[in-house]
Amino acid sequence: MKDRRSHLPAIMTWAVLIFFYIPIILLVVNSFNANRQGTIWMGFTLKWYEQLFSSKGRDIWRALTNTLIVATIATAISTFIGTCGAFALHKYKSRFQNFHYCLIYTPLVVPEILIGISLLIFFMALKIELGLTTIVIAHVTFCISYVAMAVLSRLQDFDMTILEAARDLGANHWTTTWKVLVPIILPGIFAGALLAFTLSIDDFVITFFVNGPGTTTLPIQIQGMIKRGAMPLINALSTLLLAVTFVAILAYQMILKRNQRNAG
Amino acid sequence: MEEFLKFDRVTKSYGSLKAVDNVTLNIKRGEIFSILGPSGCGKTTLLRMLAGFESPDTGRILLDGEDITDQLPNIRKVNTVFQNYALFPHMTVRENIAFGLKIRHRPKAEIDAEVDKMLAMIQMEACADKKPNQISGGQKQRTAIARALILKPQVLLLDEPLAALDLKLRQRMSLELSLIHDEVGITFMYVTHDQNEAMSISDHIAVMHNGRVEQVGTPAEIYEAPRTSFVAAFIGDTNFFDGSISEVVDSEYCWLDVPGLPRILVFNDKKKSKGDFVHVSIRPEKFQISIDRPQVGPKHNVLPATVEDIVYQGDHTRYWVSIENGWRIAITRQHNRFMLDERPITWGDKVFISWQSDDGYMLEHYSEKDEDLLQMPPQQPGEIGSEEEEITNTLQNIELQEDGQ
Repeated sequence: MKDRRSHLPAIMTWAVLIFFYIPIILLVVNSFNANRQGTIWMGFTLKWYEQLFSSKGRDIWRALTNTLIVATIATAISTFIGTCGAFALHKYKSRFQNFHYCLIYTPLVVPEILIGISLLIFFMALKIELGLTTIVIAHVTFCISYVAMAVLSRLQDFDMTILEAARDLGANHWTTTWKVLVPIILPGIFAGALLAFTLSIDDFVITFFVNGPGTTTLPIQIQGMIKRGAMPLINALSTLLLAVTFVAILAYQMILKRNQRNAG
Repeated sequence: MEEFLKFDRVTKSYGSLKAVDNVTLNIKRGEIFSILGPSGCGKTTLLRMLAGFESPDTGRILLDGEDITDQLPNIRKVNTVFQNYALFPHMTVRENIAFGLKIRHRPKAEIDAEVDKMLAMIQMEACADKKPNQISGGQKQRTAIARALILKPQVLLLDEPLAALDLKLRQRMSLELSLIHDEVGITFMYVTHDQNEAMSISDHIAVMHNGRVEQVGTPAEIYEAPRTSFVAAFIGDTNFFDGSISEVVDSEYCWLDVPGLPRILVFNDKKKSKGDFVHVSIRPEKFQISIDRPQVGPKHNVLPATVEDIVYQGDHTRYWVSIENGWRIAITRQHNRFMLDERPITWGDKVFISWQSDDGYMLEHYSEKDEDLLQMPPQQPGEIGSEEEEITNTLQNIELQEDGQ
């Protein structure tokens, strides 16, 4: 008897795989393609990588450095403020708490382009010179919300009497915070920080408005290079980024497994 | 006895609600003192004020002669076992127990020795390196106790410590708590809504209701000589007889006049005089129930009654009978002898109830609301009452009772 199962799941699976991964595979393949246009295969080459690490790639590396500096500082600041904010939102029951929630939520739903434009106008009005500082400030503003949301979700399962227990056993506020509160909500803080870091590295729209001359970040640099037709270099860079990401995910999985083994 | 822990006219309000209303308590060194009351009676607030998490609006709290009212919780020499244990989820059992000593920066060898001693006491050596989510409720409970006791507090506060455990474990842990108390000799202040727990574990009990202390006494005093109708009805079960005194017999006894009933002899422990309206609480187990009119002494009362409901519980049976004026009386009968040989008392039987007049206790304060606390079967005629006669009987009873109120 013929199998009458629907073909739809299989079709969907293949469609997803093709749409998601074919472009990435093409990108990786083209990074080794001697053909500048990338339309046909003209033999294996590493010259794009060589160029990337030569003087031609200097702008890229400068942009990457900028991106990492911005992401690190923005993550640090937004993680701190976001965590404090989340804790205050969770712990204190004030009349304005709903309003405070809205304040935290808003940047998640406001179109990025709006945040970008408003920040630009704001910086212009205050006559702040556009540069790394303005990019950091801009990134902190939207990263706080993401961090706060991640920490809040962790705090939801957190039993506040545990803090009272620590106080009861003789711990002062400082010890309670560092020995009890922070270790317990650390996964939330970590998730928030990771989110902030990723968003900061990725961000194009907001950064586009608030960056200054000579302080481009990687996404903006890449966009500019595409306009100038430097595709092969970008392919090579993207392949490297992809490799770094894969290694990071692998490392994370291994750490996770080891932690689970230790706990179990 | 010296005053060890004293609540001196302590009051605490939340908005317009008085959670704790002018409470004065004296707790002796080394005893288990329970605060018993329904939820919302203010017992937890009282405990939290002693722990330092709330501060009273007025009044003082004195511990061993020292005023601790405004001390921070981490300074006070009291430790708490929280209702949900509040163990640190990221630490092992051993680390949890060691926490208090660790933050006091005691030498590691001393901490290890103390923790080992505690682990031995609570018999948890095997689980020392497990995390709280890997141990059972009873084990969490023991860990929480050890974590608090290791600091050798002057008072150990226990906030409904057994509420989260199932019945059998609760009974065992309550025994274990007594043993631990005997071993460490520390004053325990125990907050619970469970009267059985409080009765079995305490040296003294304070019964709280609506923020006030209704009565303080030993478990037996509270049970046998309740001051108010709330105490009588909340601890155990009881029956209220109310009427006016028609005649004072002698210095000890008087006759109570209840409409619709023959006069009742009661023990006049409050030295009331003729004409006073009194409320008497009589516990269900003080009654005898029999099919034949019992031969009784002169200090006994006998009333005819009709059996309305029977609940067999193995060691005893609970009967609800209605007496001539429509009141329903709860009676427990212990089965001291092999019960299957007897002619059973069954639904609708005409019986006699009797009790010794000494076994009732006059209440100082009575509130009709407290009758809601009594165990009563529903009064609607159930499906079994298919015979018309039974239905009319029941309906008449309801009418009579409504008239009586």
